[in-house]
Parts: sequence; C-alpha cells; structure tokens
Amino acid sequence: MISDKILARLKAAAELPDLSGTRYRLIEEIGRGGMGVVYRAEDPELGRFVAIKVLDEGNEARVLASLEHPGIVPVHEAGVLPDGRSYYAMKLIRGTRLDAFLAKTPHLPDRLRVFQRICEPVAFAHARGVVHRDLKPANIMVGEFGEVLVMDWGAPGVGTPAFMAPEQAAGGEVDARADIFALGRMVELLIRGEERLPKPLASICRRATQQQPAARYGGALELAADIAAFLDGMPVSAHRESITERLLRFASRNRTLLALVAAYLAMRILVIFWIGR
Amino acid sequence: MDADTQIGGANARFPDTRPSAIEAAGSDEAARRGPGHEALVAAYWKPVYRYIRLKWRRSNEDAKDLTQSFFTAAIEKRYFLSYDPRKGTFRTFLRVCLDRFLANDRKFESRQKRSAELVALDFDAAGPESPEAIFHQEWARSLFEDTVDELRRSLQVRGRGICFAVFERYDLAETPATYDQLAGDFGISAATVTNYLAAARRELRSLLMERLRAVTTSDSEFRREARALFQ
Repeated sequence: MISDKILARLKAAAELPDLSGTRYRLIEEIGRGGMGVVYRAEDPELGRFVAIKVLDEGNEARVLASLEHPGIVPVHEAGVLPDGRSYYAMKLIRGTRLDAFLAKTPHLPDRLRVFQRICEPVAFAHARGVVHRDLKPANIMVGEFGEVLVMDWGAPGVGTPAFMAPEQAAGGEVDARADIFALGRMVELLIRGEERLPKPLASICRRATQQQPAARYGGALELAADIAAFLDGMPVSAHRESITERLLRFASRNRTLLALVAAYLAMRILVIFWIGR
Repeated sequence: MDADTQIGGANARFPDTRPSAIEAAGSDEAARRGPGHEALVAAYWKPVYRYIRLKWRRSNEDAKDLTQSFFTAAIEKRYFLSYDPRKGTFRTFLRVCLDRFLANDRKFESRQKRSAELVALDFDAAGPESPEAIFHQEWARSLFEDTVDELRRSLQVRGRGICFAVFERYDLAETPATYDQLAGDFGISAATVTNYLAAARRELRSLLMERLRAVTTSDSEFRREARALFQ
C-alpha cells in the first residue's frame, strides 16, 4: 500500500502540467484555487518569468483578454495542454495578497485607499458585462507601490461563502451587485479591529451588504466614491448625519479655520476689554 | 454546448475511451450490467475494504467478508439503480450506501457485540477525520495504486521499463533519488531523466483520467472528481 507521503507526491506529480509543447519551462506551484492551479514558469525566449494558470474548466483566459485595465492582470497567451486541460500565461505579479497586506497595514486610511483601487477594475469589468463572482482578499494582489490587481476572473459562479451574496449562495441569477456585496464584505474586513468605528463607514458596509441586491450600491464606483468622501471628511451617501455629527465633521475638516477664528475672537475680546479699562 | 464552456476549449481531449461503468451497472440489459458491476467492484473494492478497516475498525477477515457482502448485496438488490448524479458524486453515494448497509447488517451487528476490539460505532468516536474524508483518501490511494500498476504494465509491454524504473525511484520512493543519481545509475543524461519522468507522469495522469471517466456519469461529475482527486 502506498503511504500518505507518496500518495501526496503522486498527486502533485500527476497534476503537474506538461509544458513541453509550449515556450515555457515549469518552475514551481505558487497557488491554487477552486478553478485551477497557478505555477511560476520561465519564458527563456523573452528572458522573463510568467505565471501559468492551468484550468479544469471555465473561460477565464478569454474573459481576461477582454479586460484591458491596469488593475487586471494581462494575459500573454492561452492554449490547451496535451491532456486536454487549458492554460494561460500571464504576467507574474510581484506583491502581496490583500489579506497579507492588511496584516501589515494597520493604518485605516491606507487600507481604504487600497480598497478604492480595487473598485476601479471591478467597475471597469462590470461596464463590459463581466461579473467576477469570487471577489475576496485571496484574489487581490497589492504591489509594492500600492497598485492593485484583481485576479481569478471567469470563475463559473463558484464563490466563497464568507464573501458570497445571498442570491449567489442560493444558486440564483447573479449580476454586478453580487460583486458589490463581496466588496462590502471586504470593507468589513478592512475595518475589523477598529476601536471606534466611524458611523459612516458602518453605514457603507451595511449598504453594500444588503440582502436585497436593489438596496446595495448601484455600482463599484459609487461605493468607491463613498469611501473617498469618508476619507475627505465629506458626507457619504449611505449615511444620514445628525446635526451634531455634521458639526463635528465640519469642525474636524476645518480645524485650521476654526483655530484662526477662535484666535481672532480671543484677540478682539482682549482688545475690547483693554479699551474698556 | 458553447465551445468556450467545454473542458479545455474546443480542442479538448479528455479521456472517453472507457464506457461509464455506472451507466452499465444501472442498465436493464444483463449483458451490460455484468461488466459494469465488475468495473465498479474493481474500482471500489479496496477503498470500501479500507474504509471498513479504518473507520469501522474491523479485523482484516471481517473487513474482507463485509466488503464482499456489501458488493453482493449491492448487485443483487441493485443499489446502483437509485444513484442520481444531480444529488452528488457516485463516490459519496456509494459511501452512504455502505454506511447504511453496515448499520443495518444483522451479521455485522452480531459481530459487533462479539468483538472486544470494537470501540464504538459512532463515527466521531472513531477518529478526527470525517467518514467522507477517510473514504476519499482511501479511494484516491486505491485509484493511484491501481493506475501505477497499469502504468508499469503499459510501459514494460512497450519496452519502456527504464522509464518506469526512473519514475519508481523518484516518485514512488520514500526518499527520492536525485536526478544526478538516477542519471548515473541508469547511464543516461539528467535531461533524459527529466524526459522519462515527464513521460511517465503524463501517462499516469492520462490513465487516471480514463479510470475516473469510467466511474463518473457526466462531464461535470468527472471534473468534480478530478479536482477532488488532486486535493
């Protein structure tokens, strides 16, 4: 009987893609998800490293090729392996996954600025009729300069329970609003652990993750705009402010002006007091 | 089917050389049922036996006896007819049938009372792994063992025994030899070692997929099982 150790090795060996008919030389496995396995490979002709994704099913390469955006990983070429599995070669992204990035980025505004960049390629894809269906931190890479790349497009509705919209979990029809739900879940992840959670941010999460798709944001850019408004100290569409909150926000945004006015008034009072003597 | 949604695109070459044993086993024609049953028993005898040994903690002889009884009952009572691919994989269906069979088997119950070594019938008490996980692992082990045997025969028949020997020393050894060691031992270059390994692995995968195709009823089930096999 073969041991567990040899069984594991055989599984890995039998799963390795045969790249002998391609221009690439296999180096190592670098990741796996529901739809396939990603390997690091070398392209000796161009002297560069690439990522090769081997897929069991789906039309991810075609979906990706139709989405040319700085926030979506570019495809170099696609093909079929001798065993019938399809593969595509793409840019090898150097960076960290969003979950790892969050672990080393405690500053909330920095996290939120990265989140805004995630919304851009998602909105771009939605405008071309493509829904991601499996947005989650593991599918987002953050580069060394804070650039964001959204990966794993073309998944046939698999999804990940923690980020899955109710209509997707129920196996129903899914549109761009399912991705908005996943983005809302991601904002929740970003703000987790904050000691004093600002109400507007809580409202943004609530609106993005509404059970009814129609009650969510109408698009990823609308959600990003609310995050931007929050970062700029402006009112967010998801939250109706009380007068106190409005005053506090005004005071927070206009600290310098208020300090100057206060100094001016103090000086005037001193002058009046001095003349009165 | 739209070309984009086919496995591997329009040029897909997924194995389809072996007829589905499950469909044959559920056939109304006795002539088709026989080979179907034979193929299913061959594919699942070892995982069923090991599952009974590991999860139900039976002795070697008891486990063999129960495995035999289970397949006999499955064939006589035509369990496989009630398999509905929409509800899950055949592997899961078979495991559920087996659990029911064991739980209801009077002979098994009487043995259970007699057996001092039997700790509990409760799955949770028998180990941390779920019944499904154990059956899955034993199914994968059995599938790989049988396929490796087939690979050995296939390469030897074609005069490519050295290819299997290299594969055996590298992928089947507890401590694999290095490429240089293999090159020295077999009097070939390291590049040839690489080629032999690639060829053996490619054929192993192809034979695995053929076997898997025989015990699945649809493309989607085949894909699910292929994915599960490598997890």
